[in-house]
Amino acid sequence: MNEIYKTDALIAEDIDAYLETHQHKTMLRFITCGSVDDGKSTLIGRLLYDSKMIFEDQLATLEADSRRVGTQGENIDFALLVDGLAAEREQGITIDVAYRFFATEKRKFIVADTPGHEQYTRNMATGASTADLAVILIDARKGVLTQTRRHSYLAHLLGIRHLVLAINKMDLIGYDKAAYDRILAEYRAFAESIGIADFTPIPISGLAGDNMTTRSANTRWYDGPTLMEHLETVELDQTLDQQKPFRMQVQWVNRPNLDFRGFSGTIASGHVSVGDEIRVLPSGKTSVISRIVTMDGDLDMAVAGQAVTLCFADEIDCSRGQVITAANNPVEVADQFEASVIWMDEDQLVPGRTYWLKLGPLTVSATVAQPKYQVNVNTMEHLASKTLDLNAIGVANITTDREIPFAPYQDSRDLGGFILIDKMTNRTVGAGLIHFALRRAQNIHWQATDISREHHAGMKNQKPMVLWMTGLSGSGKSTIANLVEKKLARMNRHTFLLDGDNVRHGLNKDLGFTDADRVENIRRVGEVAKLMTDAGLIVITAFISPFRSEREMVRAMMQPGEFVEIFIDTPLEEAEKRDVKGLYAKARAGQLKNFTGIDSPYEAPEAPQIRIDTARMSAEEAADLIIAKLIP
Amino acid sequence: MSLRSLTHLQRLEAEAIHIMREVVSEAEKPVMLYSVGKDSAVMLHLAKKAFYPSPPPFPLLHVDTTWKFRDMYSLRDRAARKAGMQLLVHQNPDAVRQGINPFDHGGLHTDMWKTEGLKQALDLHGFDAAFGGARRDEEKSRAKERIFSFRTASHRWDPKNQRPELWRTYNARKARGESMRVFPLSNWTELDIWQYIHLENIEIVPLYYAAERPTVIRDGLTLMVDDDRFPLKGEEPVMRSIRFRTLGCYPLTGAVESRATTLPEIIQEMLLTTTSERQGRAIDHDQAASMEKKKQEGYF
Repeated sequence: MNEIYKTDALIAEDIDAYLETHQHKTMLRFITCGSVDDGKSTLIGRLLYDSKMIFEDQLATLEADSRRVGTQGENIDFALLVDGLAAEREQGITIDVAYRFFATEKRKFIVADTPGHEQYTRNMATGASTADLAVILIDARKGVLTQTRRHSYLAHLLGIRHLVLAINKMDLIGYDKAAYDRILAEYRAFAESIGIADFTPIPISGLAGDNMTTRSANTRWYDGPTLMEHLETVELDQTLDQQKPFRMQVQWVNRPNLDFRGFSGTIASGHVSVGDEIRVLPSGKTSVISRIVTMDGDLDMAVAGQAVTLCFADEIDCSRGQVITAANNPVEVADQFEASVIWMDEDQLVPGRTYWLKLGPLTVSATVAQPKYQVNVNTMEHLASKTLDLNAIGVANITTDREIPFAPYQDSRDLGGFILIDKMTNRTVGAGLIHFALRRAQNIHWQATDISREHHAGMKNQKPMVLWMTGLSGSGKSTIANLVEKKLARMNRHTFLLDGDNVRHGLNKDLGFTDADRVENIRRVGEVAKLMTDAGLIVITAFISPFRSEREMVRAMMQPGEFVEIFIDTPLEEAEKRDVKGLYAKARAGQLKNFTGIDSPYEAPEAPQIRIDTARMSAEEAADLIIAKLIP
Repeated sequence: MSLRSLTHLQRLEAEAIHIMREVVSEAEKPVMLYSVGKDSAVMLHLAKKAFYPSPPPFPLLHVDTTWKFRDMYSLRDRAARKAGMQLLVHQNPDAVRQGINPFDHGGLHTDMWKTEGLKQALDLHGFDAAFGGARRDEEKSRAKERIFSFRTASHRWDPKNQRPELWRTYNARKARGESMRVFPLSNWTELDIWQYIHLENIEIVPLYYAAERPTVIRDGLTLMVDDDRFPLKGEEPVMRSIRFRTLGCYPLTGAVESRATTLPEIIQEMLLTTTSERQGRAIDHDQAASMEKKKQEGYF
């Protein structure tokens, strides 16, 4: 009988004493990683079983299932206990992140069970993001595999400080010490090469139970801890976090009435006491903590991991997404970073496209530049890459639309880890780990000028705007745009027409027609149009601009209401029939790649301010309609 | 420097509070599903803590089947009043009209009152985020569900297409008509719930404590005859000392024989017992993947 079973006696004899013990347990979160056949689910099933987290009815189901679909003959297939969803059971593999719970005398554990299949890097990153420790499983018969390297790299990348190398299925190699040592030496060489300073190797058998909770008589040559002993005693990240400088991201401003204003959030690191001087970033304003409020009464001090509400002695501005720090030890603020990016979506990264970047409670617009390199997670080689596909990991520069407070990921998961969200689908498409801020952003400041954009516009006696025409090639954008400009000129309006083809002869002649280049094309045109509106002009643009995201990006660059989306709506068949420039014929013949409507998509506007149906009106009529709508 | 380690309950509490504050900041119209069970009681208590001294800035919603225990209805009204929160009660009008009940309609009872009723209530009020008290330790398909669980405009859950969820950074963005179900108690176990109720002195429905109650035994379940709608098939209700480990519709919820009248005794019994919590609920007695199917259709 091991330690765990002694618990029963205590529960039966003195429940109050048991509760007292249980109530002071700490919590360890860990992940298990291994390939499909390394015995990962079996290992977790064994931990649950040994810590009595399996109830009798579950055991009955387990026995029945083991006979029906199990892989262990008449024996219990512990893996079935862990593999949850119906579809996965049929495939015989775990395909997502599942969380399991068990507790011993000393700790409560949350295990993230993450898949070993190559296409599911994102799931492992998800599981690793909240873990203090990773158990890397190796099949003793197979040794260090590609997957072993990948899992170790990911665990290390995601900032897991404690790695356990569980060399499993020792029973199947006769508990051979020499084989164990060979695997260990090979792994150590690899670990050092990617910067893993330390790890804990343990020879085990999940199936037979060796060195799981009790020291195995089969491995007398091994004098380290059992897996469970190690899990129960390893240092928690949270303990370390408390010793770092104080940081708290504000989630919510608590304002029940005029007399109370508090800032609610979870303390990311360090500790804070009443009377401490604090600084709010990015504003840099300082104050003093006047109260630490909780429903259980005010606290004198709060530590990393606690969710609290802080009150300041002074009325300074502070809102969601800002960071409260120790006054004499603030975090950095920047709008350009180098970061590792893990891509998690079927649609690949489009460099230059704006995504939502969410760092804790803070959401900003951000673009990812073309990756500096992509990491081959099997060989750790750096490869050149124009983009990132699903499950790819690369290093790239990120630019946000405003300055944000942050910390390098290796110092703080909360302040250095962000997710990227597609603005159209709202899916979480990537995760990023900030390395450092780029100096450029810090050293270039916005120069204030005395003649304002209002002044420029006032001199021209007009309201600047951007008339953004979008539509397929051959839809009539340039023709209509030209007519609109002529009519406006006759009305003494100061205008400028930016035409797609013309811009590609100069400003954008270095760009091609890949998705990334199309995004950059529109970004530059947007920036130019913005300068022109600052100069007070009415800007008319004629670009296919096939992607909604980029049209929205340009809209976001402009002052509210200045961007007018005009959809020149000509069906593909009609545009192809006209084929003024002979481009559709070339595209159909395969001589022209990435042609919108043929082998590159056109995302029609969902709610354009003006829609021109070219089948029902002439270009003249269209131009008149646009002007009538804009200038009453 | 020596500081104090947070206990696992303190960490779970902080996590739940963090999640609730995120939802309130990101959603347009959040609501808390309140089923009056012990998990709901803990969730409500955490909501009070998360926003103190403000009251929780969202209403409570009870999707009622009309077949809950009488004790549950009285605690429901009292708890909402004490928290200073609005209580919305929804009863599926189609089920009311057709007189759907657990005795005559089997699976249809859960489907119409709970699954359909929930969807109706969320659509009716336009809630775009709903807190639920589900825990990952309850059942296998729950173990894989995200804390912020995305639902399509028709309330479907797609287990193959869940958003990755990293750190404590949650993506709550969605298009109009789509919604999130949010589970702040995801990482709690049954023991954690009981222990927390004990430590925080949270009021729960008296049915969780053992008492002499009128019962009949049917299909292996010990059922309590809570009112005269219970059709007796020649059975004579027998007084037994029973309590409930989980509370649902009284004709579907099996009791256990027990003498546990205090929380430590309940916890003691729970720890020494050998059957898992949901066994008391008839809903889970079909095939292994039943819950996953129900969830895909919109069941909480």
